[in-house]
Amino acid sequence: MGKHVLLVEDEINIIEAIQFLLSREGWQVDTHSDGATAVDTVRRMRPNLVVLDYMLPGKNGIDILTELRADPDFQNLPVLMLTARGQSRDRELAERAGVSRFMTKPFSNTEVMTAVRDLVQLAQ
Amino acid sequence: MISVNQLVGVSLVYVAFLFAIAFFAERASVRGRGAWLRSPLVYTLSLSIYCTAWTFYGAVGYAARSGMEFVTIYLGPSLVMIGWWWVLRKLVRIGRAQRATSVADLISARYGKSNLLAIVVTLMAVVGVTPYIALQLQSVTLSLSIFSGPEVSESLTISTAFWVAFGLALFTVLFGTRNLNANERHDGVVIAIAVEAVVKLIALLAVGIFVVWGIAGGIAPMMERIDASPIGEWSMDRSRWVALTALSAAAFLALPRMFQVLVVENEDERHLQIASWAFPVYLMLMSLFVVPIAVIGLDIMPAGSNPDLFVLTVPLAEGQGGLATLSFLGGFSSATSMVIVATLALSTMVSNHVVMPVWLSTQAEGAQVSGDVRNVVILARRASILVIIGFGYIYYRLSGGGSALAAIGLISFAGVAQFLPAMLGGIFWRGATRWGALAGLTVGFAVWIFCSLLPSFGPDAVLSAEVFDNGIAGLGWLRPQALFGIEGIDPTVHAVVWSLTLNIGAFLGVSLLTFPTPLERLQGAQFVNVFDHSTQARGWDAALATSEDLMIMAQRILGPNDALSLFREEAQRQGLTGHLPEPTQGFLQTLERELAGSVGSATAHAMISQLVGGTSVSVEDLMAVADESAQILEYSNRLEAKSAELSRTARQLREANAKLTALSVQKDAFLGQISHELRTPMTSIRSFSEILRDTDGLDQAEKTKYASIIHGETIRLTRLLDDLLDLSVLENGQVSLNLDSGSLRDLLEQAVLSAGGDRSTHLTVKYARADTGVVLTTDLDRLRQVFINLITNAQKYCDASKPELSIDVIDMGARVQVVFHDNGTPIAAEARALIFEKFARINDKDGSGAGLGLAICREIMTRLGGDITHEPRPDGNAFVVHLPAQAALAAQ
Repeated sequence: MGKHVLLVEDEINIIEAIQFLLSREGWQVDTHSDGATAVDTVRRMRPNLVVLDYMLPGKNGIDILTELRADPDFQNLPVLMLTARGQSRDRELAERAGVSRFMTKPFSNTEVMTAVRDLVQLAQ
Repeated sequence: MISVNQLVGVSLVYVAFLFAIAFFAERASVRGRGAWLRSPLVYTLSLSIYCTAWTFYGAVGYAARSGMEFVTIYLGPSLVMIGWWWVLRKLVRIGRAQRATSVADLISARYGKSNLLAIVVTLMAVVGVTPYIALQLQSVTLSLSIFSGPEVSESLTISTAFWVAFGLALFTVLFGTRNLNANERHDGVVIAIAVEAVVKLIALLAVGIFVVWGIAGGIAPMMERIDASPIGEWSMDRSRWVALTALSAAAFLALPRMFQVLVVENEDERHLQIASWAFPVYLMLMSLFVVPIAVIGLDIMPAGSNPDLFVLTVPLAEGQGGLATLSFLGGFSSATSMVIVATLALSTMVSNHVVMPVWLSTQAEGAQVSGDVRNVVILARRASILVIIGFGYIYYRLSGGGSALAAIGLISFAGVAQFLPAMLGGIFWRGATRWGALAGLTVGFAVWIFCSLLPSFGPDAVLSAEVFDNGIAGLGWLRPQALFGIEGIDPTVHAVVWSLTLNIGAFLGVSLLTFPTPLERLQGAQFVNVFDHSTQARGWDAALATSEDLMIMAQRILGPNDALSLFREEAQRQGLTGHLPEPTQGFLQTLERELAGSVGSATAHAMISQLVGGTSVSVEDLMAVADESAQILEYSNRLEAKSAELSRTARQLREANAKLTALSVQKDAFLGQISHELRTPMTSIRSFSEILRDTDGLDQAEKTKYASIIHGETIRLTRLLDDLLDLSVLENGQVSLNLDSGSLRDLLEQAVLSAGGDRSTHLTVKYARADTGVVLTTDLDRLRQVFINLITNAQKYCDASKPELSIDVIDMGARVQVVFHDNGTPIAAEARALIFEKFARINDKDGSGAGLGLAICREIMTRLGGDITHEPRPDGNAFVVHLPAQAALAAQ
């Protein structure tokens, strides 16, 4: 499995942090910050992993995930969702939409990287 | 020996005499000199049509066969006249008030003017009475045959019957239908039957006196002979005695011909008081010599001679031709008077309730041409008379004059007695209904036909002997003389008891189960309370009283205010002061329409017509009906109000619930937003601090960069918390304003400086036109906060290549507008509605704002007694701050 990750996030500082962490592990990191066009970008880039924010301008993470899962090509695509809303119902919604891993901000770097490694292992 | 021809001659002279009397009586009546025709004496004598030929001849035969039982026939009416005169008085009062023309009319009127009931009663009366008419014809021919001797040919008998029938029809047509009085009174007929009453009484008394003193030789020897006769050994059969007395009493009240003379021909109610003792005296005189004649007849006549004719045969046997002729005339009078009045009564019923409705239904125009209808009515009545007497004649011919006719008197009584429950129930019980009356009448009449009429023809005549013994279709409980398996009762008693019991049972039962129509209830009230009403009715004399009564009634039905306004309007239209208009035709029609809307047209019509007619119904009764309607209306209004209240409450609950749900959604969204706003900078801080801690080999530039991010994010967090607290304080109204006066120009300058002081900016701010010298009294610090916010927003969001912000002040005296106009892209219409909401961020590129700034500005401006609005401009956005020059009072 290749190490190509698409990071869908609109907070520049968080993008910076995650990009730093993943690059160090050998990931090729692409970023995208607009919810409305996120699905198209996934289709175009065909990453091995998607790190997806919940609250995005244009379209929220749950809708993007649902749309991706409806496409047979992305039914097994590992998606790690991050959210700052911190409401218990959100986890439910995300799991129903078919999220691979769900984490609440602020996260610890170790947790994020462990989750990424787990997802890669599961996909192999 | 008197020849038949002589007898016929005498009869013709007698009939001519009756015609003459009737004719002169009619003429006197027409000329208004007929007061003497309407004396209590004439009224009493006219009642004597109760005593028919059956009574005149038959009573003696009855006594000869059954002893004293014949007395019941006289006892019943006497008891009614003496003991029940108040019932009669009520009947007479009702009959006159309702202008009832017959028993059928009375019953129909009582039960809501039901024509169905009238037809049923009419048909029952015809069926019950026609055989009785036949009996009278038979008695005349039979008595005539006594004089002609046994060799009389059958053709003579039949032609006699025909000519008698013809003569009676002629008389009835002439004097019964000479005119169409509204009250259906016939002076000529009444005076003729009064004369006949005298003749038959004199005849019977003469024969009796002759028998007692001429044959027996005085009272004492007569008593001895009576004691020695079979009649002296007679013992009373109690059930028959009671049943027959009751039956004759019932028939006296219910017979159509008795109704005719008792009620229809009644001129003055007070006559009834005299008749109540005078008529029993008449009956007593009629019965006085019945037993002596019977006893002497049984003694001196050869065995096997017909005891029914002793009144004739005894004088003849003793050679008293003149007395026998008188006796014949007495019997003739009894027969003819009965036939005339019975036919008159029946023909009225038949023409009014059968012929006229049929005729009217065939006329497209209805009864609009009155003259036309008058002729038709007279024609119908004359035809009915001919048909009924014709029926009697045919019945006489078909029955062959046999023994069947002899029993027809009691059978006929039992038939008409079926009217009694509906009649008496109707005048004493308001709960009696049309369907109850119909059920009682039909059930009673059916039982009468089966148990009394059909068996009277004897076994195998109509009903087979098989039915007599084993019942219809072999059902033992359907035997005509042992209904429901109860055997051993005298057939007459059996028929009377069963028919009347089932009649009353059906009448009561169905009445209780059915609900009377409004018209029935009104009529019921008029019948039952006839005396109360007629006394009160005399109190109304002026039209004003009627208007007041109409008003009261209308108020009960329409409600006080509607009624009052309706009456006021009409009074004004009529040019009257006050609220009581004249009850004109037009107004009555209007009122009726109004009332019909509330209580239905039939009731409304009846109410108005009764009130305006002002005679026979009391205001109280109308009020009772009106109150019922009003109560029902009120009740349904209350229900409606309750149901409206319930649905209102339900709606309020739904709205409250929706509001709570919306609030809850808003709260969730708000918490989610706050969480997001706090967690986002914390995420960066945590992540970068971990990177700094855990990553070896970071160069100095990286370390500085990451530390700056952490620093920036903590500042962002602090600002966010400040804003949240600020907003919370503002929203809860806990903020205290520090009022001070200051120059607007100075305030703007400070704001621009503070906004630009923090960071380098390329935004050009122009506020030359703000140099107005306006001095404000307000919380200067808060206002400055608003200005700074608007300037920083422009710095952040203005996306023009050369961003510009011009600040203008518009001085309107008491109020001031400060316009912040930038040249960035105008905010989209759908976003515009949101910009003042919390956490609304439009085009927030660097994510540094929490979206609370404008929300805070709006809160501050509201506190200061002003407002902040956004106005799209073609070349950018304008935020307008509206504020009062003196904010002190507006704010606090």
